[in-house]
Amino acid sequence: MDNDAMPASLSEPLIQVEDLVKFFPVKKGVFGKVVGHVHAVDGVSLSVMRGETLGLVGESGCGKTTVGRAILRLVEPTSGKVVFDQKDVMKLTGRELRAMRKRMQIVFQNPYSSLDPRITVERIVGEGFAIHGPPEGAKDPNVARRERIHVLIEQVGLSHDHLSRLPHEFSGGQRQRIALARALALDPDFIVLDEPTSALDVSVQAQALNLLKGLQAKLGLSYLFISHDLSVVGHMSDRIAVMYLGKIVELAPADVFLKHAMHPYTQALIASIPIPDPKLRSEKKGIEGEIPSPTNPPKGCRFNPRCALAMGVCRETEPELIDIGNGHFVACHKVGRR
Amino acid sequence: MSARKPVLEIRGLRTQFFLREGIVTALDGIDLTIYENESVGIVGETGCGKSMTAYSILRLVPHPGRITAGSIKYKGIELTTLDLDRMRSVRGTEISMIFQDASTALDPVFTVGSQLDEVISLHQGIYEKVALEKKVVEALELVRIAAPKEVMEMYPHELSGGMKQRVMIALALSCSPSMLIADEPTTALDVTIQGQILKLLKALVAKTGSSMMLITHNLGIVAETCDRICVMYAGRIVEDAETFELFEHPRHPYTAGLLTAFPKLGEKKDELSVIKGTVPDLMNPFKGCPFVDRCGKAMDVCSKHRPSRVEISRGHYVSCHLWSGGEPSDG
Ligand SMILES: Nc1ncnc2c1ncn2[C@@H]1O[C@H](COP(=O)(O)OP(=O)(O)O)[C@@H](O)[C@H]1O
Ligand SMILES: Nc1ncnc2c1ncn2[C@@H]1O[C@H](COP(=O)(O)OP(=O)(O)O)[C@@H](O)[C@H]1O
Ligand SMILES: [Mg+2]
Ligand SMILES: [Mg+2]
Repeated sequence: MDNDAMPASLSEPLIQVEDLVKFFPVKKGVFGKVVGHVHAVDGVSLSVMRGETLGLVGESGCGKTTVGRAILRLVEPTSGKVVFDQKDVMKLTGRELRAMRKRMQIVFQNPYSSLDPRITVERIVGEGFAIHGPPEGAKDPNVARRERIHVLIEQVGLSHDHLSRLPHEFSGGQRQRIALARALALDPDFIVLDEPTSALDVSVQAQALNLLKGLQAKLGLSYLFISHDLSVVGHMSDRIAVMYLGKIVELAPADVFLKHAMHPYTQALIASIPIPDPKLRSEKKGIEGEIPSPTNPPKGCRFNPRCALAMGVCRETEPELIDIGNGHFVACHKVGRR
Repeated sequence: MSARKPVLEIRGLRTQFFLREGIVTALDGIDLTIYENESVGIVGETGCGKSMTAYSILRLVPHPGRITAGSIKYKGIELTTLDLDRMRSVRGTEISMIFQDASTALDPVFTVGSQLDEVISLHQGIYEKVALEKKVVEALELVRIAAPKEVMEMYPHELSGGMKQRVMIALALSCSPSMLIADEPTTALDVTIQGQILKLLKALVAKTGSSMMLITHNLGIVAETCDRICVMYAGRIVEDAETFELFEHPRHPYTAGLLTAFPKLGEKKDELSVIKGTVPDLMNPFKGCPFVDRCGKAMDVCSKHRPSRVEISRGHYVSCHLWSGGEPSDG
């Protein structure tokens, strides 16, 4: 089964996340007494297939970044399971963990703070080789590394003239390309893209999104694409998951998702997006109210205080994420009761 | 159409920053008219001069920048040369501004109520405690704050982003301005809260009959909110048209590029069309059109001469050699 000759198949999960939970303690006073917990991620299950982009969308603070970081064990989950290529990530230690980390990478939102301002682009892109050793090859390791860095920088649409420069000499879009080259250095299978284009302007964003799609097709990458922008997620993803206050409320293939969203929160999210076409102007439905505190999430369905359809049961019992067919999952009492 | 009254008339406005390294021309000859009851969207990418247009109007351009040419007339009064006292009163009573980051505009050491007290007593001449409180409650209710009495007692840091923005709108509107300038008022907010704030702004502008200049990088927002749109690029307005006309017939290649570079919900494409390259450095003066290096339709003339602003159909202005005659264009 360890035969790499098999073509990447969309139906085979590369990542499986089961019931992931991450609570952050809320501390108070000089002794740092724990007075409560932020329920940042509260029972998330999802999978990412080989070669797939799973979009993860939701408003700020709903737990998207924490999910991404917990998968890579950049934060230790409170509980839950992450399986990467049939290995339980939570059980890995030492060498095994490092080997796994080579195969999973992350690109952060902020192209201004994610690159060390004091080191050259060449060293930034080659950071992974310093940790994990130079790229394989019969050649002199320094030559092999140099060659690989040249390939990487061109792959992201920059040129090797850029390698000797420092990050501040680059625009936001170029910095994101540098961060991407760094993430690609160790030939990963999976990349968490955490709001990779949110800081970029429209025309630069389009270039970056095209680049991400092109690299995925060429290198067979799997992405967890995190964004608060549903238009961007819709464009990039094969399947889309919506989070609200630490939970996935709906998950579906992208086309189903955009046409047949079932969860009232997903519907409100879609209805809130300003459409760049004045002919489609309409009285926005949207939703009232704000997101409640994740330290003390509402009882029952977490969306119930803002939901126009909430019934008695919604205030009492948390709905489960159920399969309604065609790979479409919804956590809503209204939908479950049909 | 009856003769509409212009509220704001900007002609040939140039704003420059004088730095040690050289001169940055942030605004390079802006022409813009805003009429009564009209809401005009200003769109463009980071650094194109949207905020400087607003700051120039209010004479708030930060040092080392200043207005170096052109005229800004508000209801016939020239603002660029107005003495500072009168300018201050224009800012307080005629033109109000809402900023992207409400925390910079709200004073952190005063409660919401006392900040509103000050503005209302100053502009409406109400000083008596009970009457003033009633006005403050009204102002907060106007921006749909559900518990105005509680919010009055709060400090800005106790409010969520959406609530702060509501308070700022209440402050901006409490002097009944004829013109409201909103600079990226929802950029820092989540999409459902953004929806609420835009809805509110639209309703309030309609109700009070003031004009609005809405600055944003989001084409969706202007499409839904504004009567007319100005597209800015590198310190110039390259296209200016009514919203429907602009989206239906974008004439400037930059506008056309922007419209297709924006991913649209539910429209599945393998690739987005892109505008190649990046925005130019405003430190180098342009001889011709600033978009020339990125333009797929550039001609010889484009790098040599500055395109003039032409009205290609009623109320539709474009600054592009493709449309200004001399060179071939099919009209
Ligand atoms: N290191 C941390 N310590 C305490 N709370 C945190 C930490 N990281 C995130 N949180 C909280 O967890 C929640 C989810 O955060 P995050 O995953 O960053 O959300 P998102 O990426 O969707 O905006 C938020 O309420 C946030 O304040
Ligand atoms: N303090 C400053 N010093 C030098 N140049 C500035 C300063 N502020 C703004 N600029 C210049 O003015 C241009 C327009 O800025 P701004 O109006 O803030 O852009 P926008 O609001 O469209 O993002 C910028 O590209 C920048 O070159
Ligand atoms: Mg995040
Ligand atoms: Mg600005």
